[in-house]
Order: sequence, then C-alpha cells, then structure tokens
Amino acid sequence: MSTDVVDKDKRRFLTAATSVVGAVGAGFVAVPFIASWMPSERAKNAGAPVEADISKLEEGRMMIVEWQSKPVWIVRRSRQMLDSLPKLNDNLRDPASENADQQPEYAQNETRSRKPEILVLVGICTHLGCSPSYRPEIAPADLGDDWMGGFFCPCHSSKFDMAGRVYTGVPAPTNLPVPPHYYLTENTILVGEDGGAA
Amino acid sequence: MGKLIGWIDDRFPLMKMWNEHLAEYYAPKNFNFWYFFGSLALMVLVIQIISGIFLTMHYKPDAELAFASVEYIMRDVPYGWLIRYIHSTGATAFFIVVYLHMLRGLMYGSYKKPRELIWLFGMFIYLALMAEAFMGYLLPWGQMSYWGAQVIISLFGAIPVIGDDLTLWIRGDFVISDATLNRFFALHVIALPLVLIFLVVAHILALHEVGSNNPDGVEIKKNKDENGIPLDGIPFHPYYTVKDIVGVVVFLFFFATVMFFFPDGGGYFLEHANFIASDPLKTPEHIAPVWYFTPFYAILRAVPDKLMGVGAMGAAIVLLFFMPWIDRCKVKSIRYRSNIYKINLAVFVVSFVVLGWLAMQPVTSTITMLSQVFSLLYFGFFVVLFITSKNEDTKPVPDRVTE
Repeated sequence: MSTDVVDKDKRRFLTAATSVVGAVGAGFVAVPFIASWMPSERAKNAGAPVEADISKLEEGRMMIVEWQSKPVWIVRRSRQMLDSLPKLNDNLRDPASENADQQPEYAQNETRSRKPEILVLVGICTHLGCSPSYRPEIAPADLGDDWMGGFFCPCHSSKFDMAGRVYTGVPAPTNLPVPPHYYLTENTILVGEDGGAA
Repeated sequence: MGKLIGWIDDRFPLMKMWNEHLAEYYAPKNFNFWYFFGSLALMVLVIQIISGIFLTMHYKPDAELAFASVEYIMRDVPYGWLIRYIHSTGATAFFIVVYLHMLRGLMYGSYKKPRELIWLFGMFIYLALMAEAFMGYLLPWGQMSYWGAQVIISLFGAIPVIGDDLTLWIRGDFVISDATLNRFFALHVIALPLVLIFLVVAHILALHEVGSNNPDGVEIKKNKDENGIPLDGIPFHPYYTVKDIVGVVVFLFFFATVMFFFPDGGGYFLEHANFIASDPLKTPEHIAPVWYFTPFYAILRAVPDKLMGVGAMGAAIVLLFFMPWIDRCKVKSIRYRSNIYKINLAVFVVSFVVLGWLAMQPVTSTITMLSQVFSLLYFGFFVVLFITSKNEDTKPVPDRVTE
C-alpha cells in the first residue's frame, strides 16, 4: 500500500468524526454552566408558608403579606363589591376562571375565594410582573365611568376586577393567580399551603 | 527610538498595524459632522471601562448591601460621586453617540454592499450595549432597578412553551433576587464588556478591509493614483485623528456639563424612583425605562396583547439588522436618493423620537392611540423602503467625492 497518496474521503471522514465528537464533548461541558443558573437549593427551600391575621382587616380594605418574596393581597370585600362581580362577565377574558393554572380548585368559583368576602391573590400582574394598584373606588376620573373597583397595573394599564379577573382589551393574558391557602382559624390564613384540600 | 521600533518590528507587527489602521489607512476626504460619532463611541467605551473598574472596587453585588454600597460610593468614597456620575453620564452619552452613528449609517447608506458585515457587527454591538445597560441598571438595586428588571425579564415569559422556565433560569430564583443581582453583576462587569470589545474590533477590522463610506456614497477606491492611493483619500492619521480630537473636546464639554450640573438629567438619566431601595411588594406608581429604551417600550405598550407586544418590540430591533437587504436601492447616499426616501427616513426618525417621548407619559387612551399610530409609522419605514427602493427615482451619482 502506497503511503504518499492522500485518501481524501478518509481524511474528510476523520475530520468530520473528530469535529462531531468534539462538539458533543463541548455540549456536555456546557451543561454544568447552564444548569448553574437554575434556582439553588437554598432558593428552592425559601418559599415557606406565611400566616396572615385578618382580624383587623376592615371591609373594603386590603392588606399585603410577603410569600416567596411576592406580594400576596388579602381583601375583605364589601357586599357591593361582590354584587358587582357577575355584572362584569361580558367584559372579562375568563369570567368563570376556567384556566386551572390560575387558582386552586377551591377558588374556581364566582368570587374566586374560599370565603366569599375574603379575596387572596398573588399581586403580580400576569403581563410583565409589575404589582398592580388597588383601586376600589367606583368610576374615578382616570379609569372611566365603567370602573367598578378592582386592580389597575400602572406599568401597562392592565385591569382586573374585584376578584382578580382580567378585563378584555388589556395586555395581561390571564386572571391574577390565587395562591394555595387555607384558614387555620376564623381570622388566620396560612398562605402557601392548602391544608390537604386539592 | 528608531532602533527600538526596529527591534520590536522584528518580533511584532507594530508599524505594520500602525500603518494599516492609521498612517496609511486612507479615508475619504469629505467626512462631515456625522463622522465624529464612531470615534466618540470608542472613547465613551474606554471611559465606561475605566470608570466601571473603579466602581467595582467599592460596589457590593449583594441584595442586602448593594443599595447602601452605592450610597457609600456617593457619600464616603473620595471622589466616588464623580466616578459614579462619569459612569452614569457615560451610559447616556454612549446611546446618544450610538444613535447618531446609526442614523449616519442610514443617511449615507453605509450598510450597503460591501459594508453589510460592518452594519451587522454594529447591530450586535448595539444589542450587547442594550444588554450591558439593562444589567448595569439593576446594580444600584433601587425601585426602578428592581421593577425594570422584573418587566424586562418577564418579556421572555411571553415566549410560548419555554417562557416560564426561561425566566426562572435567567433570574435564578422565583423572583428577582440576590441570585439575579449577582449574575447580572458578573455579566455586566466581565462577560458583556469582553463581547463588546471583541465586536468593536471586528467592526473596525471589517471597516478597514473595505474602506469607509462617505457623505456622497461613492467608492474612493475606484479612482487611485499611480501609487495605488485613492485620489479622494487622506491618511486617517494625522488628518482625521486631529479632526476627531476637536470632536472629543466639544463632546467632553457637553459631557462635563451634564456630569457636574445635571447628573440625573431631570430624572431621565437617573430616575427618581431609583433613589428608593428596592421593594418587591410595591411597584412605583409610574414606571418607565431609562430614555434610551423608551421607543421600544412604547411599541410594547401600544399592543394590547402580551405575545404580540413582545414580538412587535423584538421586531422593531430585528428589522434593523436586515437593512442591507430591505433597502434594495443601488445609490447609497441620501444626497442622490429620491424624495420618497428622504420623507420616509424623516418620518422614521420622528416616530422614533415621538415613541420615546410617549413611553415616558402615564398611560391614557390618547397616549395609547398615539403610540399605535407612531408604531405603525415606525414599521411603515421598512415596508415603504422595501417596496420603493427597488426602482427608486435617483439622481446621478458623481464619480468623485464633492465638497
């Protein structure tokens, strides 16, 4: 066999094979670096449930507790606020809360809550993550005559009603999420666990 | 001296590089005002790197300490306030010169054959610069830092299927947190500056390979003397180095004025809400990005749908990459192009500025309506250009550069 003839096919095959193996190796080396950006074990463990005492929460008022570094709103809704909910159905994207990702099963009802008057929501806009403002007043100048009270996001003007349901024609795609929660006592809510009820 | 250079030249291409890129790089002799901004951008990059290195010596990339360490730089570090204002003014200055530099490219067709790669490298520089500026803005850990980052990172959440996991991966936590701050610091201080420097070198090498365009858009390499030197070219050094020094002096005059007298730019360069420490429970009443991102933010706000809005915003930037192929006109310079092009470009520039202003206004139905109109005009530029440029009614282009 002559040694001074170059077998180009063989050379091309070896070059290609070496490149492919090298690329696969580089791919494997990239894994730990890319994976290192995922939440650390410490971050995963930090989301402990929090207790909220609602005994001093007055009708029509909102309180905020921090859960997993996110604001969780608790609102004691008035009779009038609750009455306004069904009237808005035509202007809402998901009036019956059919998107199951946005609330536990026990909050998939007309008021999106365990107790009709107490609303518990994660106060992060489903558009781009701002925290909307609580705007309970009826028909303020800046929000128009149709405003029945609810939440207004100052970042991109998404609107939500008094059950955190999103209006149509705004950038937010879904209703505000209801976090898992349950009542430890009459006036204490534990946010972050649903007490066995699924 | 000559002996030392000879010694070096035997071992390293010192004079070769000097000649190739400065003393014997022939640039067209008719550069005007618009040709200052390339060298100014390079100078601002140097300013940012130097002032940035000194800021890292006092700054703490830790969610507990970051806000206070910036205040420490401002109050306790000798001349810390000056170094920080150099850096923050530099960020604004960077975008001003880069936007003017890009407009120059649009006016004189500098992105056209054979300069497509120069334009593409430049667009990647712009993209890297936006990432650099965005990540840098998180570091002071004020309210605007926090909520601005929250909004921008959430943009990736609009991507179908992988969106939520992608945002989680970028943040490294379920919300913006210490993990996010720490990695943005690393990217802002090491990774992106390296990328920027690499891209700037590629941008300049590509430019020096094909030669500079000029306000007439004629190729000076077509007319050379017996020595192969372009008849309309002059050596970059000393002619343009000296000219650019004049530009630098005037520029630094404005730079120093802002830095000493209006460091926060009336709330547009350093936003007022950022003087409050970040609070994950409360979004500021009125949130707007820093001025250089506002046109794209206005486009985002104009679209009442999450995915479409993010898509439109992305498209507003991505379309610019394709300028060399959207514009099919052979004539480069605006001087010899049709009135349609002149009006089209003017409308584009006006829309860009108006969109920038609109994004800083609180949302009302009028503002939204105007944002939609000007977003359409912005995109209309590319559509009209693509349609009209193929058979454009151009004027004859001279052989040689004019005065």
